[in-house]
Amino acid sequence: MSLAAIARTLLLAAGLAGLAGFASADSRVPKPTIQADPANGTCVAPAAEMRRNHMDMLKHQRDKTLREGERGAKVSLNGCISCHAGKQSGSVVGSRQEFCESCHAYAAVKLDCFECHQPKAGAQVAKTAGGER
Amino acid sequence: MSDKEQKPLPGRRALLSGGAAALGLLVAPGIRLIEVAGASTTASPKVRWGLLVDTTRCTPECKACVNACNAENHLSGATAPTDSQWLRKVELKDKRTGRTASVPVMCQHCAKPACVDVCPTGASFKRADGIVLVDRHACIGCRYCMMACPYKARSFVHAEVHDQNPEVPRGKGCVEGCNLCVHRVDKGQLPTCVEACPNQAMLFGDLNDPNSALSQRLRTIATTQVRADLGLDTGVRYHGI
Amino acid sequence: MTGAASKRFDVSHFYGLVGLGLAVLLAGLGAFHYMEEHGHIVSGMNNQVVWGTPHVFAIFMIVAASGVLNVASIGSVFGKTVYKVRAPLSGLLCLALLGGGLMVLMLDLGRPDRVIVAATHYNFTSVFAWNVFLYSGMFGIVAVYLWTMMERRMKPLSKPAGFAAFIWRLILTTGTGSIFGFLVARQAYGSAILAPMFIVMSFAWGLAVFYIVQSVMYAWNGMELHPSVLRRMKNLLAVFVAGTAYFVAAYHVTNIYFARQTEFEQFILVSGGIYPLLLWLGFGVVGTLVPLLLIFLPGLGTPRAVLFASAGVIIGAFALLYTFIIGGQAFPLQIFPGFEASSSFGDGAVGAYSPSLPEVLLGLGGVAAAFLITTIGVRILHFLPQDDLVQLEAANPAD
Repeated sequence: MSLAAIARTLLLAAGLAGLAGFASADSRVPKPTIQADPANGTCVAPAAEMRRNHMDMLKHQRDKTLREGERGAKVSLNGCISCHAGKQSGSVVGSRQEFCESCHAYAAVKLDCFECHQPKAGAQVAKTAGGER
Repeated sequence: MSDKEQKPLPGRRALLSGGAAALGLLVAPGIRLIEVAGASTTASPKVRWGLLVDTTRCTPECKACVNACNAENHLSGATAPTDSQWLRKVELKDKRTGRTASVPVMCQHCAKPACVDVCPTGASFKRADGIVLVDRHACIGCRYCMMACPYKARSFVHAEVHDQNPEVPRGKGCVEGCNLCVHRVDKGQLPTCVEACPNQAMLFGDLNDPNSALSQRLRTIATTQVRADLGLDTGVRYHGI
Repeated sequence: MTGAASKRFDVSHFYGLVGLGLAVLLAGLGAFHYMEEHGHIVSGMNNQVVWGTPHVFAIFMIVAASGVLNVASIGSVFGKTVYKVRAPLSGLLCLALLGGGLMVLMLDLGRPDRVIVAATHYNFTSVFAWNVFLYSGMFGIVAVYLWTMMERRMKPLSKPAGFAAFIWRLILTTGTGSIFGFLVARQAYGSAILAPMFIVMSFAWGLAVFYIVQSVMYAWNGMELHPSVLRRMKNLLAVFVAGTAYFVAAYHVTNIYFARQTEFEQFILVSGGIYPLLLWLGFGVVGTLVPLLLIFLPGLGTPRAVLFASAGVIIGAFALLYTFIIGGQAFPLQIFPGFEASSSFGDGAVGAYSPSLPEVLLGLGGVAAAFLITTIGVRILHFLPQDDLVQLEAANPAD
């Protein structure tokens, strides 16, 4: 395990401890908002596992998809977004209420996916995408 | 090139979805779970995707391929020197004879791509099936590939991007270029420029398969590679330049 | 510098200089932050001129860093005592310039936050990746070299360390030249002559930087450069300046001879506006002719004249690099030889570029970083080149 991985695990452990309800009422940091659309069925893995390993799952799959052209895999960032996007915003980032951002802000881990990836669920993007064609 | 030859490719998608789901919950955390799904099809080295552009069917007025590319990849379509253009129409005029040609130019998907050679981090890479891509996760934005590319095929994202196609991530500070609509090709669809062309000037197919419509056409008509003198073995061929 | 010009700097002057350096460095870092926040849209760079003013600064400093070490090499590898006493300062300047240059290069990246990727993901076919290795190796080797020179017990190792640094920096500058030399498709680059040309340029630019720093330090300490040392250094500078001019001329003459390159040469030497102007006036006159005259004209060649000559060489270096890097990209890429081309993406058209303030500030920030390292280094450690005057007098009775 690399040093970075250990540090990340520790950070995450701290975050998870908070999630598990250790954050007391007078905590200055708002607890993460968990949004999921139950209509889409269950997640690809149990919540505890997702919390601990989602970054590795995504990173592993991104290399497979991008470099080897593997499509239709179980793990997919767009899959995450389609279930976890906020009901109003349709996005997983943008405010502390949104799924990805709320937890990453809580755990103080920089989120770099959405510099390039579309944080909104597919259908909503198709409608709003602008620019003269 | 008639419509008949241009039929969409057999889909890979159908092959992908089975099996993995049932096993999913049983496997150990994270990585293993994905390896099960990894049993699905990936880009094959047996294939080499290529394009034939028949410029005798192109007119300077027609920008259908460019517009389709911009729409598919959510490019703004603006043409300031800092805006991204993955596909452009280059108007050519022979200096001696005055003969003109209107040529769509995009990443030539070289077999020996200069951009891949020079990239310090390996972010520029060639997929097994010959498609040249930028791995934005590894791109540090040094722009050396833009210096090296003989075709000016790459653009640098100069400002923040917000309305990406979910299947085509792109963002500030990385270099990008035509990806041969890899997300469509992997679903068995044609690149969007090929599909959009009203004159069927573009033919997409497998250069390695001697029986593909593309290979057959390349055998029968005279085609050129742009800057063939550089020996890069481009995946995009032109007729009529 | 002689007489009244040599003035004793006191502590407050030192802090003044450090303050000035810090202010410029901070301005540079501010410019970097601005460019990172907004993207390169706020710079003058675009999809045709992808490398701009920061690269002119960075490449000047990296090339000069290699060249400034030449002074040490002449001392340790070729055993010249006059240069040996200058070796520690030469090593310090090398580290300072290399640090400043790399700082600019890294902070100009599109994703500077990911610069670590350049160390963890290596593509061995990339000359850029080789340079990552060469630059970091240079830091290590020169640091060890400095240690062997400044620590008495390590002295015996100083010669092999100096030799290693000598070889390493020749490879390093070959690598820097090859960044352009390996670009086969561009009319301005893709030439084997660029590697040796960069090496000779490094000798001239490095020595010019060294001379200026030495002059300032001597003025600071109220010292005068011994005439015999001055004579050696100015003659060496002249040889390197002439050598650089020779290589630049050979590069252009070769291109003029190749029919496929004449359009490019017409652009860069005659019709390209600012680029030929900078090449002829900036590099040709200010960077080559004037320094040679200042060194060789009867009655000139004084310490002050050589100081101006050195400044001219550095101005000429920036002019040459601006023409080479930016002019080379502004000339349209010949994708379809024999055709006139036009498009929405600048095909067939000369690329527009004008330096933006953030780019210039970032470049100056790198210079300030090098300046700070030097100023603080010479203040806290013993870097002042002190000649053995008795020995010099004995060796040069005529002076």
